Amino acid sequence: MAASIQSLAAASSLSAANSIDSKRVHASIPGRKASFLVVRSDLRGSNGSNLKGHRVGNLVTNAVASPEAPASASKSGHEVLLFEALREGLDEEMQRDPRVCVMGEDVGHYGGSYKVTKGLANKYGDLRVLDTPIAENSFTGMGIGAAMTGLRPVIEGMNMGFLLLAFNQISNNCGMLHYTSGGQFTIPVVIRGPGGVGRQLGAEHSQRLESYFQSIPGIQMVACSTPYNAKGLMKAAIRSENPVILFEHVLLYNLKERIPDEEYVLSLEEAEMVRPGEHVTILTYSRMRYHVMQAAKTLVNKGYDPEVIDIRSLKPFDLYTIGKSVKKTHRVLIVEECMRTGGIGASLTAAINENFHDYLDAPIVCLSSQDVPTPYAGTLEEWTVVQPAQIVTAVEQLCR
Amino acid sequence: MPTMYSSAFASPKIVQHLNLRSNEKPLFDPSKSAPPTSFFGSTHEFCLSKTTTLSSQHRRSAVVAAAEAVKLRKSNSSASPSNLLITKEEGLELYEDMVLGRVFEDMCAQMYYRGKMFGFVHLYNGQEAVSTGFIKLLKKEDSVVSTYRDHVHALSKGVPARSVMSELFGKATGCCRGQGGSMHMFDKEHNLLGGFAFIGEGIPVATGAAFTSKYRREVLNENCDDVTVAFFGDGTCNNGQFYECLNMAALWKLPIIFVVENNLWAIGMSHLRATSDPVIWKKGPAFGMPGVHVDGMDVLKVREVAKEAIGRARRGEGPTLVECETYRFRGHSLADPDELRDPGEKAHYSSRDPIIALKKYLTENNLASEADLKAIEKKIDEVVEEAVEFADGSPTPPRSQLLENVFADPKGFGIGPDGKYRCEDPKFTEGTAQV
Repeated sequence: MAASIQSLAAASSLSAANSIDSKRVHASIPGRKASFLVVRSDLRGSNGSNLKGHRVGNLVTNAVASPEAPASASKSGHEVLLFEALREGLDEEMQRDPRVCVMGEDVGHYGGSYKVTKGLANKYGDLRVLDTPIAENSFTGMGIGAAMTGLRPVIEGMNMGFLLLAFNQISNNCGMLHYTSGGQFTIPVVIRGPGGVGRQLGAEHSQRLESYFQSIPGIQMVACSTPYNAKGLMKAAIRSENPVILFEHVLLYNLKERIPDEEYVLSLEEAEMVRPGEHVTILTYSRMRYHVMQAAKTLVNKGYDPEVIDIRSLKPFDLYTIGKSVKKTHRVLIVEECMRTGGIGASLTAAINENFHDYLDAPIVCLSSQDVPTPYAGTLEEWTVVQPAQIVTAVEQLCR
Repeated sequence: MPTMYSSAFASPKIVQHLNLRSNEKPLFDPSKSAPPTSFFGSTHEFCLSKTTTLSSQHRRSAVVAAAEAVKLRKSNSSASPSNLLITKEEGLELYEDMVLGRVFEDMCAQMYYRGKMFGFVHLYNGQEAVSTGFIKLLKKEDSVVSTYRDHVHALSKGVPARSVMSELFGKATGCCRGQGGSMHMFDKEHNLLGGFAFIGEGIPVATGAAFTSKYRREVLNENCDDVTVAFFGDGTCNNGQFYECLNMAALWKLPIIFVVENNLWAIGMSHLRATSDPVIWKKGPAFGMPGVHVDGMDVLKVREVAKEAIGRARRGEGPTLVECETYRFRGHSLADPDELRDPGEKAHYSSRDPIIALKKYLTENNLASEADLKAIEKKIDEVVEEAVEFADGSPTPPRSQLLENVFADPKGFGIGPDGKYRCEDPKFTEGTAQV
């Protein structure tokens, strides 16, 4: 796992080095701000085309694209763990705009159950980093009311599963209020927290809420997976005028990566090209990205060339990056941690079938978690979630 | 004048420091009669004529408490003009606001039966004293949060009648561009934060608005003393969001006033059948804030209580829970056959119509003549008729409006297969884009 993370770091720093080119590409497109680095993750721009030239043989030991990260990018920057990257992003935004505040259980004095807000209460005070009582529905609603009247709250669910209690406020007020008020009130909240299947946390602490929230009109959903994109998405979510739900994963908080020193903000609507390839498009997000990259190493050794895309934006889907990939490889495998029924994969399958049916040479294969409440026993838990071996088998069958 | 009542509100400080094992009497002990101050009171001229004949023991005790307080005030005051609670201008303002509320709601009923508005429409007839009593004391910057019974709250807060009527007709000139409807009245200019269909849903939003006020004062160091008033009913007082917000508001001393419009009925569910302890104002002190009961059919009594509660909030002393005993003359909504309520109960409250009572007060105290009041009624009739004409003549929302306002930043619809943001597609502004 460590090796793939290091090589992922190389890929990420490569995209940072391309950022200046990307900025030029973006300046003409309306609505994109050019005042800070907006990094486009599909590596468009003059350097992007190099990556397609790599033959499969060169990548036996290294499952990711282009090991030659420019020297300047790997020496500059600083190493952080993912939760520290989130904290950095939050801290920078709180410093930049005094209306940004945090509310949630144990975010203040305790520093957050995963230490994302550690130290912020000392720096910004108890009102800006508010320790709430255990009343998810009400403090989420309070955050929404505060957002309507001018603040920019970041609401933390101690575990995403707890936000089920706030479903009323998230669906009715967060999602709908901008519309039912005829556009008069904006709700620039960020709702974030750790979710996903952890290590034997039991069924209720192992929930994937992205599938429950995806139908709510008026919200955006993003999932971070690396320290680099965690910080960038956190900043983008806070700056967005729309309500954004940022999904973090309990098992990814200790990932280490070198991220740039200079300020950067990522785009909320774009997917990230993790590894360009030719044979099959693998779409994934959050923790499953790492299972996919682990399977990719095996696949590369067997002679396959998978293209791996971290979709990042769960709602809306980046159909451009996904479509470009489908048009190139003609085969799609979706690997997700959601349940099979009504999950993100189900929606993605429908969207791809609708838009790119003519480009598919085979039916879309979707690997999701089993439709069971996550069991406590380690072995059972392993079997509910998609494992790298299953991904390898699926690609082999798809590419037959 | 507010100083007369400040002692009642000062005493909750004792509650907050109260050691439960001490020998001190708890505040607002329900087994005792009303506290010795007269904050329930109004002038002696305008008092309850007789105790209620309702069968409920609990209702009777609360009402008796108010009546006793009024009698107390009666023995203290005389009938000189300086003891009157309002000036002529204030009186006329209150009268006009209540008449506007009544005439507007009656017109809504007419328009509904004529097929001009649809869906669920909840009318406020009979409860005008609560809306007028509270909202007429607020500044424009103060916020009001309401429920689905929000037309009159909107009107009292200053939203023009024509905007509200247009919204009800579903026209593009409505306050929410026709996208909200009867149950979702919003107005940013007048700080009306909604309009919520699910009960209890607005209370956390109101708490958030009060939180912003405190945040602006303490973090942003602005001179902000804006308060928020949250209106909701007796049914909501059994909902978790109510209690969670009472806790948070008292904990952080937020500038908010929780106003319970206790009209005894939640559609067909009597408050007494749904609530283990139906005395709602008592629930305030349990969270460390004053709980006040007031006769919600008497606009002057409501106004006196409101003055003190709003003053408390503005001074940073924290929230107040006000229970207004009131009644809706019509059914829960225009679809409600209203068969369960006892005609005797309805008759009792009809005889205490707040508008008629205020009229009586103004004329008996020579604050206004019959002619003045007639002129106001005529003016309001014209305003409401003009509102209907305006709404009738307004255009319905065009298709192009369908996809607007879903997101504040329409990039939220994402990137389409062609690489462009969906909102850049020309069909987006036509309302026919695939999103």
